[in-house]
Amino acid sequence: MSRSVRLRRSPVGRVLTRLGFWLLIIAIGIYALFPFYWALRSSITPDTALFNTPVQYFPSHPTWAHFHDALSSSYFRRALLNSTLVAGAVTLLSLAVGSTAAYALGRFRFHGKSFVLYLMLSMTIFPQIAILGALYTMFSGFHIIGPIDFPKLYDSPWALVFSYMIFTLPFTIWVLTSFMRALPADLEEAAYVDGATPLQVFWKVLLPLIAPGLVTTGLLAFIAAWNEFLFAVSFIQSPSHYTVPVAIFSFTGTSGNAFQFPWGTVMAATIIVTLPLIAATLILQRRILAGLTAGAVKG
Amino acid sequence: MACHSPSLSTMSSVATPAPTGETTRRRRRGTKLQRRQTRLAWLLLLPSLLIVAFVAIYPLGKTVYQSFTNQEFLAGITPTKWVGLDNYHQLLHDTIFRDSVVLTIKFTAITVTIEFALGLIIALVVNSKFKGRGVMRAIMLVPWAIPTVVAAKMWLWMLDDTFGVINDLALRLHLISHSQSWITVHPLAAVSAVDIWKTVPFVALLLLAGLQVIPEDLYEAAAVDGANALQQFWRITFPLLRPAILVVLIFRSLDALRVYDVFAVFFGNRLGAQSMAVVAQGTIVQDGHVGYGAALCVAIFLIISLFVVIYVTVVRVGDD
Amino acid sequence: MRPRSLVFWAGVVSLLALLVSLSIATAATNRSSRATASYPAPPVPGAAAIKAKYGGQSITFVGDSVGGGHQRDLALAKKFSQQTGIKVNVVPHPAASDAAYSQLARAFSAKSSSIDVAMIDVVWPGAFAPYLVNLKPKLGAQSKLHAAGIVANDTINGKLVAMPWFGDYGILYYRTDLLKKYGYSKPPTTWSQLFQMASKIQAGEQKTNASFAGFVFQGNAYEGLTCNALEWIASAGGGHMIDNGKATINNAKAAQVLDAMRSQIGKTAPRGVTTYQEDQTEHAFDNGDAAFARNWPYQYGIGAGAGSKVKGKFSVTVLPHGASGKPVGTVGGWQLAVSKFSKHKDATIEFVRYMTSPAVEKFDAITNSNVPTIPSVAKDKAVVRTNPYLKPAIASVARVTRPAKYLKTHYNEASKVIYQGINQILNGTPAKSVLPGIQAKLNQILKEK
Repeated sequence: MSRSVRLRRSPVGRVLTRLGFWLLIIAIGIYALFPFYWALRSSITPDTALFNTPVQYFPSHPTWAHFHDALSSSYFRRALLNSTLVAGAVTLLSLAVGSTAAYALGRFRFHGKSFVLYLMLSMTIFPQIAILGALYTMFSGFHIIGPIDFPKLYDSPWALVFSYMIFTLPFTIWVLTSFMRALPADLEEAAYVDGATPLQVFWKVLLPLIAPGLVTTGLLAFIAAWNEFLFAVSFIQSPSHYTVPVAIFSFTGTSGNAFQFPWGTVMAATIIVTLPLIAATLILQRRILAGLTAGAVKG
Repeated sequence: MACHSPSLSTMSSVATPAPTGETTRRRRRGTKLQRRQTRLAWLLLLPSLLIVAFVAIYPLGKTVYQSFTNQEFLAGITPTKWVGLDNYHQLLHDTIFRDSVVLTIKFTAITVTIEFALGLIIALVVNSKFKGRGVMRAIMLVPWAIPTVVAAKMWLWMLDDTFGVINDLALRLHLISHSQSWITVHPLAAVSAVDIWKTVPFVALLLLAGLQVIPEDLYEAAAVDGANALQQFWRITFPLLRPAILVVLIFRSLDALRVYDVFAVFFGNRLGAQSMAVVAQGTIVQDGHVGYGAALCVAIFLIISLFVVIYVTVVRVGDD
Repeated sequence: MRPRSLVFWAGVVSLLALLVSLSIATAATNRSSRATASYPAPPVPGAAAIKAKYGGQSITFVGDSVGGGHQRDLALAKKFSQQTGIKVNVVPHPAASDAAYSQLARAFSAKSSSIDVAMIDVVWPGAFAPYLVNLKPKLGAQSKLHAAGIVANDTINGKLVAMPWFGDYGILYYRTDLLKKYGYSKPPTTWSQLFQMASKIQAGEQKTNASFAGFVFQGNAYEGLTCNALEWIASAGGGHMIDNGKATINNAKAAQVLDAMRSQIGKTAPRGVTTYQEDQTEHAFDNGDAAFARNWPYQYGIGAGAGSKVKGKFSVTVLPHGASGKPVGTVGGWQLAVSKFSKHKDATIEFVRYMTSPAVEKFDAITNSNVPTIPSVAKDKAVVRTNPYLKPAIASVARVTRPAKYLKTHYNEASKVIYQGINQILNGTPAKSVLPGIQAKLNQILKEK
């Protein structure tokens, strides 16, 4: 036995290693969570104490005032609603369209299948910034063919629903296809023998079996759409149509001058926005991890 | 990759040699069925392909076209006309864009390296079985889940030069002698800190998933053979983790090259502190130069594609 | 079903906790209604006649961003609607000035009738003139009540495209107690005096307060820096960045004052001042961490308000000037403009008439500490009591305007060139390497239509 092994195996060595291990774990935990603690602490610190030097690590007189302010801003509430609607619409659309595409790509054999698969894969690394200008002008309305005009979607949440598909759909298709492929090859046989149509097979047999995959990709699509900023800040102008990231970026309090940036209220808004996300992440962490690794590692 | 159409496999399993007529009939039936399958498959794919065509392919083509025009958002008096390579000439002399490309590449190099190194260490630590591993994994996923803009605002507040907690802690721990204005004096460090905070846990989790696929008995066998921890890492862990590492590296690099949110929140329009995406967005949306902005977008697209090509080539060479 | 893990329940608990606290917070908000201004919105003159002619129509007003300004707009719109039967739909504009600009630019270039009246920044009349109604026929008489300089700013090619709504200009805030403590009897009149005084006061105060700075201002790369820089350059006799249609920013006096500012960064101005906007300036001064501050008049009300650490310890005066120049203040402020594409032009003009009347400007000055654009209102005793910076000595400072009228639709882009360059100078690059580039780019933009 080498000396280091002997040392490590000794009772003292074991305790030290264990201690070091746990310190590391705690350090990682603090690193991940401290900014949230700080945001929480700032959101309950009254304005008079917030801009104090030296810094207080916990306010002596905590207050709910910032949460009042954040929530009484109808524009912030509207932003929460907008984000939910946009993310929800994107998720549903991605799942609907993506699952049918995954059905085709995962259970059928035809020429051009690998081309489509690789097209979807390359779409997952597509840089959104590259098409910003084109989408920007497209949304001002443009002429497609004959009497068909592309609707003027500028400043409408639908512009976001449309453009978010670019990153939710390819990933959804890619992950759901791998779920579809993982199902046994002769699964549909029995159904076909019973005279089911392919669509019935899809709806009644396959979809329920890839339900975990649907939950996972739906969750990831929702989170991605909820967090998106570049398109939201470029295509949306009116404060009543802001999504949450844009609202936080250009937050103004319900009272006070346009020049004042209400840090306390912004931190409260931040907590309001992140707590559900944290809760959802904690509840669904296994699903999220499964989805991410399915997309990354197996791919 | 094989996934046979079910009816075809059923048919082939019961196929027996038959007189020519029957075979031909069956083959004709086979191709007709195959054709129907193919048609159905393409029909199922149609919505996705239409969406991708409209949302990605058409805009990309339109961007390329726009880059050869002098289109302005508020077109005003000058109508849009073809200007050939003028935008690209201007691009080559654009110091602001050039600085942003250099800064973005530096940012990518720094963050991907640190995120990978830290992520690997954390993954190795969390890989061991301990009580509360599930809690740890969940906690680590949290920074990834929140909007980048929100994380950036939280860090902006923490990095404040007067009221920020980072300065306060560093002063108390005697790491610095007086409060720093991190955003002003160390912009790349500040912006990298946020990105690293947000992404290291996520990278660690991906690598962890890769680690957990490696069978335990490989390590046991190596320990019996007298290999120490470091040797085990190099001989077993690293090679088997390689696919996961490559995936993590390429996806993280591409994300870093596309960075926008945290630069927009931290620096806005400050010269010398803009990422490529910030410059392009500002040119199109704030200045209204759609044509020139499109040329910038094409340049960014080419730069990112170049990275992809380099990666794929390196990986393929590494494989051989 | 797999047994649920601890983590799962942690998530459920936190979700429930959030819902509970949110409902408490919202309920509490509903109970304690926001204190409405004790000063009521003024009545509409001639309301009956207006109602007879235009009652029942509905107009959209793009007004101040969410905050106190939006509250004021809502109060006034409500009064107007009640008395004239014209429904006013108030839409706040985005807080960032270039986002607000884009919002209007898009609506106008799409010839949209969705906006009837909009609050426009003092630098936008030139850009939006082709899309705005000439208000001279109907409001020309009322415009004579307003400050001539601002009316001239709002008159493009003889058309009065906007009515002055409220004004703004840069002033110097200073700590009266600290000046006394360090033996100064009056505030500085030149920039070099200010740097001297700031340096001495900072040296003394930093012994007990490590975050104390001599001088704070808006140095971030944004529109506010263009305002600050214009004050430095114009007060030093360096022109107005663009004069008579040509860029003049590259001159010796401008370079001198910009380099002087640059040398103060990290000395009397904190290193982080190149990221400061109005808010950080205000926090620094009102927290007692600065001796001098340049800001708009809005800061006065906050500093003099209850709970302020500097209440009673500060005053305001005109900004310093260069060795060969005079004190100036950059004009800020907002105007009201009527869209050419509005379907209810006349009703809208009545609304504008109400909003820019002396009574409403007094209301705005008292409830929102905004600078009235009507000189008689600015002299009103009640107004001056709540806004001491309206004392004639300060209020009559020479106003300088940003070069918007030469740049028209390209103002945003040109201002970006200016503030990016000035920010670069403040961050350490000598002015002589930056100013030629700014001047060349400005001249190029001036050539564009």
